[in-house]
Amino acid sequence: MLNKYPLWKNLLVIFIVLVAALYALPNIYGEDPAVQVSANRNATIDTSTMDRVKSSLENVGIQAKSIALEEEQLLVRLNSDDEQLKARETILDSLGDNYIVALNLAPATPEWLKSVGAQPMKLGLDLRGGVHFLMEIDMDEAVRKIVDGMKDTIRTELREERIRYSAVRVDDTTVEVELRTDEAYAEAASYLDGRYQGYNLVEDEENRLLQLQMSDQKLAETRDYAVSQNITIMRNRVNELGVAEPVIQRQGSNRIVVELPGVQDTARAKEILGATATLEFRMVDSENDVRDAVNGRVPFGSELMPMRDGPQQLLKEDVILTGDHIVNAGVGYDEYNRPQVNITLDGAGGNKMSMATKDHVGQPMATVFIEYKATDERDEEGNLQFTKNAEVINVATIQSRLGSSFRITGVGANEAQNLALLLRAGALIAPIQIVEERTVGPSLGQQNIDSGTQAIFWGFVLVLAFMVVYYKKFGLVANTALAANLILIIGVMSMIPGATLTLPGMAGIVLTVGMAVDANVLIFERIREEIKAKRSPQQAIHHGYDSALSTIADANVTTLIAALILFAIGNGPIKGFAITLAIGIITSMFTAIVGTRAIVNSVWGGKKLSKLPI
Amino acid sequence: MQEIIKTNERLPFMRFRGIMGIISIILVVASIASLSVNKLNFGLDFTGGTLLEVGFEKPADLSRVRSALDNKGFGDAVVQNYGTQEDILIRLEPREGVKAEQLGTDILDSLRAEFEQTVEMRRIEFVGPNVGDEFIEQGGLAMLTALICILLYIAMRFEWRLAVGAVAALAHDVILTLGLFSILQLEFDLTVMAALLAVIGYSINDTVVVCDRIRETFRKFAKLTPIQTVNRALTDTLSRTLVTSLTTILVLLTLFFLGGPLIHGFATALLFGVVIGTYSSIYIASTVALAFGVSRDDLMPTEVEKEGADQDPLP
Repeated sequence: MLNKYPLWKNLLVIFIVLVAALYALPNIYGEDPAVQVSANRNATIDTSTMDRVKSSLENVGIQAKSIALEEEQLLVRLNSDDEQLKARETILDSLGDNYIVALNLAPATPEWLKSVGAQPMKLGLDLRGGVHFLMEIDMDEAVRKIVDGMKDTIRTELREERIRYSAVRVDDTTVEVELRTDEAYAEAASYLDGRYQGYNLVEDEENRLLQLQMSDQKLAETRDYAVSQNITIMRNRVNELGVAEPVIQRQGSNRIVVELPGVQDTARAKEILGATATLEFRMVDSENDVRDAVNGRVPFGSELMPMRDGPQQLLKEDVILTGDHIVNAGVGYDEYNRPQVNITLDGAGGNKMSMATKDHVGQPMATVFIEYKATDERDEEGNLQFTKNAEVINVATIQSRLGSSFRITGVGANEAQNLALLLRAGALIAPIQIVEERTVGPSLGQQNIDSGTQAIFWGFVLVLAFMVVYYKKFGLVANTALAANLILIIGVMSMIPGATLTLPGMAGIVLTVGMAVDANVLIFERIREEIKAKRSPQQAIHHGYDSALSTIADANVTTLIAALILFAIGNGPIKGFAITLAIGIITSMFTAIVGTRAIVNSVWGGKKLSKLPI
Repeated sequence: MQEIIKTNERLPFMRFRGIMGIISIILVVASIASLSVNKLNFGLDFTGGTLLEVGFEKPADLSRVRSALDNKGFGDAVVQNYGTQEDILIRLEPREGVKAEQLGTDILDSLRAEFEQTVEMRRIEFVGPNVGDEFIEQGGLAMLTALICILLYIAMRFEWRLAVGAVAALAHDVILTLGLFSILQLEFDLTVMAALLAVIGYSINDTVVVCDRIRETFRKFAKLTPIQTVNRALTDTLSRTLVTSLTTILVLLTLFFLGGPLIHGFATALLFGVVIGTYSSIYIASTVALAFGVSRDDLMPTEVEKEGADQDPLP
């Protein structure tokens, strides 16, 4: 008998390895130091921005390797790390506050590879350096705030309706209203029944007690909202930092992961993430002329304030309301389908707003956004200096006396979206706390890459040497399969968008190199046994592969189970290990069984042999 | 033909199964005893707290580092060298009322003030106490899930006696590796946990190969006694068992020596686990299966019953 693969099978093996090699290729090109420019808020990036960047860099004598406009971002590649820092400052100066200018390492993948979608592997924070935060939101506080707001609202409304109560109090997620008389009880019951969305009314006539219980759905919504709001805030702050490719993700029900790869000044990053933003509503001073104020005659009790995308505004110094009274803000549409921002305040906020606006109908009111931005200066103790950065984000005319919910109209759709986001950002409903931090300095990252690569290289060499010594020419076949396996792992890792290479991941590759030969060892040992049992070489090959197959499958499935469980429970680096291990198991089955068979068949399978070099 | 062991003779493995069994039982008992007395030296991932790795330009004077930290109110800090003389590792217990994100920066600042040289931040890790507890819970759960899933798979693929043998071997390896970490008080962190799961994967891989061969040998050679059968199967697979262990140990040694200090615990756990796993796949799985009275009849392929076979043929 002869061992032969049909042509298509051989071609398929070659094709798969070539594709993997193609996608693994970008990893050897390294990275360029680069500066990445993206637009902040309302600015846009186009060819004119590109020209400005180009000329400003030329002015200071920096020769950029390339400047490219990709997906609304400008990527400036540079020749050295020194130039990178200088270029960032130059670009920041010339473009101003509306742009985010971030340091980045851009893969130096050639065009032709990029055109087939090939990209280098993503490196985990332990290899690249950077900050990983796990933040936890205080959900109890978030819910408490909402229920407290509800309590205030009910109090106010009962008072307005002249329904006499003896107490309104909060018990966990329930607002309890105790009434003085039976009449009041009946009145209150009919008034409160179905009045508030998301609350169920429980009546207790005997004790004249009404309970408004927050429904499970509302509870879930509140929690969800607390998370998404915090994510929005974190995103804004990370933008402030100018980090390329940040990750801001929800984890579980009440946690947020923030990952900032490649951040050098980690202390600054932490301080900015921990900074606060607030919001204020103030009346516009329309009795005095803005132009006088701009010329230096600011009237007493008013102040000038810059406006985002507009002229300076003259505002009263008195603050009507601060942002922490905002319970929610969202974009809605009026009956003519024009965008508007709907704002909900808590009870106390509603009162203040109502008092303040009753005499100001027809007058303009301004919304001021205040951020504390870190500067690059430090005081004597080395603490970062923050500057208060206040700007008017919106001016709207008060149409009628405002209560606990009102709306801002006359804004564009985009603006409405931004305004709602900023309003929400100003009112942090749930405090947030860092519960896990992993910061890796850039030098350690590089060192991890070096030691990981070394371990893979020497492990690989040792196994190759052993296999040749022990199995002779068949050892060479196994080695070819092992090399192909390494290429396949790297290729697949580069192809899967979510896969990240970490240090334990590199350990996983090393381990796979050691274990991948197992399948070949099983097969070769079988072949040797068959030869000892006096079978012909061709039959030995055939039976060797056949009988080892189910054993190999069994053994690998069990390891795969362990890898999958690791993936399901592990955190970042461990997940990296699970991924390389799982990929390695699957690719090694292919190379060790199909790959080596293709080689063995084409070298020894087609002819009559008296002996096998095994 | 080059072979590690000439296997023309069947090696009498099972003659030593009594003594090996006793050794294993002693080791397992010792491990469990150490685990309950010494416990595991849980790393930061599980206990919570703060860890800093800082790099100095010149070899760092540890006692000066300690006193500098003591002056700043970090008297509980554990300071030690890490990898090289220039690198030190500082650990702090979880503390209340201090902003975690601030702690690392504070320590770094006080060291910079004391030493007046570039003190490089290499790594900061902070794990909140609750998160640490969750990691322990998750890890234990993962281990259990893995064991159960593998048990189910093995039970499905093999006869139950072999399955019990395989899982016994697995438990043996995990307990002994944990025991090693407990006796030597090596730090047990998340990467070690991952290594332990990899040990589970490796050990079961090895055991499956042996069990597979035991089943095959039972089916092929009807005249052998169970003990002879096991001996024969173990001899036949010995060469493979040793070769695979050898290549795996080779790469693990490179990881141990070249992979850097971060991966040390990981490599240690795997090295030990692989050595123990190799031994257990030879002795534990088969001994346990024999103890449960595995025999040829249990391992013959189940005959497919033909529908209506028990009925009289139609006239």
